Amino acid sequence: MTGRVRGAGRTPVLHTLGAVAALALLAAGCGGEREGPVEVLFWGMGREGEVVRELVPDFERRNPGIRVRVQQIPWTAAHEKLLTAFVGEATPDVAQLGNTWVPEFVVLGALEELGLWVERSAVIHEADVFPGIWDTNVVDGRLYGVPWYVDTRVLFYRTDILAEAGYDSIPRTWEGWREALRRMKAVMGPDGHPILLPTNEWPQPVILGMQGGAPLLREDGRWGNFSDPRFRAGFEFYVSLFREGLAPAVSGSEIANRYQEFAEGRVAMMITGPWEIGEFRRRLPPDLQDRWMTAPLPGPDGPGISLAGGSSLVMFRRSQRKDAAWKLIEFLSEPAQQLRFYELTGDLPSRRDAWDDPVLANDRHTRAFREQLERVRPLPKVPENELIVTKVFEQGERAARGAASVDEALRALDAEVNRILEKRRWLLARQEPEQ
Amino acid sequence: MSRVLDTAADVARGVRPAPAEPARPRRRRALTRGDAGDAGAAALVFLGPALFLIGVFFLLPVLAAFLLSFTDFDIYAVADLRNTRFVGLRNYVQLLGTPLFWTALKNTFYFALVGGPLTIAASLGAALLVNHRLVRFKTLFRTIYFLPFVTTLVAVALVWRYLYHTRYGLLNYGLGLLGLGPVDWLGDPRWAMPAIILMATWKNFGYNMLIFIAGLQAIPDSLYEAARIDGASAWQRFRHITLPQLGPTTFFVCVITMIGYLQLFVEPYVMTAGGPLRSTTSLVLFMYEEGFRWWRMGMAAAIAVVLFVIILLATLVQFRFRPEERP
Repeated sequence: MTGRVRGAGRTPVLHTLGAVAALALLAAGCGGEREGPVEVLFWGMGREGEVVRELVPDFERRNPGIRVRVQQIPWTAAHEKLLTAFVGEATPDVAQLGNTWVPEFVVLGALEELGLWVERSAVIHEADVFPGIWDTNVVDGRLYGVPWYVDTRVLFYRTDILAEAGYDSIPRTWEGWREALRRMKAVMGPDGHPILLPTNEWPQPVILGMQGGAPLLREDGRWGNFSDPRFRAGFEFYVSLFREGLAPAVSGSEIANRYQEFAEGRVAMMITGPWEIGEFRRRLPPDLQDRWMTAPLPGPDGPGISLAGGSSLVMFRRSQRKDAAWKLIEFLSEPAQQLRFYELTGDLPSRRDAWDDPVLANDRHTRAFREQLERVRPLPKVPENELIVTKVFEQGERAARGAASVDEALRALDAEVNRILEKRRWLLARQEPEQ
Repeated sequence: MSRVLDTAADVARGVRPAPAEPARPRRRRALTRGDAGDAGAAALVFLGPALFLIGVFFLLPVLAAFLLSFTDFDIYAVADLRNTRFVGLRNYVQLLGTPLFWTALKNTFYFALVGGPLTIAASLGAALLVNHRLVRFKTLFRTIYFLPFVTTLVAVALVWRYLYHTRYGLLNYGLGLLGLGPVDWLGDPRWAMPAIILMATWKNFGYNMLIFIAGLQAIPDSLYEAARIDGASAWQRFRHITLPQLGPTTFFVCVITMIGYLQLFVEPYVMTAGGPLRSTTSLVLFMYEEGFRWWRMGMAAAIAVVLFVIILLATLVQFRFRPEERP
């Protein structure tokens, strides 16, 4: 994406604010040592916001002049809280930001550009991080976040049912995979469904659609690209799994307990994320613990891509303690801290060197993630991305339940997404004469 | 759902028949022609502060929301106000073409049309019981029944979520004793709305009950005595004296309950987040999502205006069927 919707960067008010902030920084610099330590405000979300407190004492010991105040924000309120903080000029110094939110906060002009900071850093190097994950933080060629932990989707499956169907591993192509599902279905009987794809979850149809290689949006995010034959192929594959009875057409809330379904063999496979490793270990009965495994996603004609998710660490432009804030970001990015964080939360590290540690390298269930992370792609970097992906599953659900044909659903999807993007097209068109 | 407790006093005044009457002629006499100008000025002084507050904190925001509904104010506009456009009726047209709007509308009417009458029936029943001659400790019962209304809704909703739990919930435990299978109260699209209605009824009937009690106490005993002498049964007395005498009270209760129930929000927000399968997404919850989840303020304002029109129409319809005031 090269076209850039400019927002706050061009407002005089915010320019003035920026200047004031810069002056304040200067004043702080010239005024010599201020009283007491510098206090950095960090906003963490959900469980991560709770656990990061345990890492802080080490940081403060190493940096006696800096104190970190961690504020924990529940995920359900995080987005709203960040936006109101921006409007109310009360943003923190550093925050954890879901990487699909980065484009939105870039449009707002809320985030500090981190390219120069990284260039000078001895700790953070682009080459250490999985490329697809790093890419989620780059908008219009500029870096706005440092990957903290990663999230992607892989297959979780019952090894015993797969073996009964005559396979010792998941085939790597769509056709092979579908054939394996058919044979599993035959083994499982009429009540069983080899794969669970809850119809109210967007990652599954989005990933399969992206696997063909087509971007979800075209012309710098001006238009939906869902009628592209490459997207259509993945979408049709997704829908066919329901139509063939290989996946039940139910939404997540209609399944009382997916772990129980998995344990009792009514479902033998799902596409889900790293937090599920912990859940499976906790919730599945002990005798099942050596009968499930993870595998990277198959693709149209070989190993497929998956989604580049996770959270980044960002610094806010309005921060007046950027040096201290950057030190905190560097500290949390160290491989040792990433490993500790993994042990505390189960969140997977964003750096390859952290993965070399035996804790992760010898874990049979995280191995699939390690491989998958080399093949991940971000969502389109437009602020509307979350709304757009919910439209994908809504149309996917229509097609899966037989309320629309694949082509009808994709046409409706393009129409809806084009409507959502109308504002973006107008903004980009308005900027063109100026450039 | 917010209600102004002060209105209870107004109603009691409207309902209570005789005492207000004699005062009226005297007041009229005081306002002779010469005084009119002074009285007007004095009235302005007294009303001024209230009018100012209403203007700044109510009229202005309402006007702003109305204007907002004709713009495409969104996340880009938060970044720079110049990214806002006047779009005329586009928000409204799009809204009518959004399936989720119709789902939310249907859910809201479901809640108001089932939950409203249920709440009113429960509060009337409770009022009759508490007000009965034979009941002792009236104040105690009144307080107990009123307690849910003054408890924080969020706290109540959290507790009810436990009550509704499929496996450990008290409600399913009770059903189990009766030999009925467990119901997935908040996880089943068919049961989620009834579950929310049940909770809302329990939460709100105490307030209406108090108003009904006030209405009941204003009915002169002489009417009942006369009826008893004529040999009217308990049911006949209820049907031909209590109900007609409660007419204005019931009218007030209906209007207030309906307005409150059409604004359903906290219950689904806390208990179900609008799910399962959108079966508990109300209009206000839908508006909240558009406004604060997707930050489409123009669209959210349009939903607010539509809801306002619906409530206005519903109230007008009720006024049309307003019972005659009786002395």
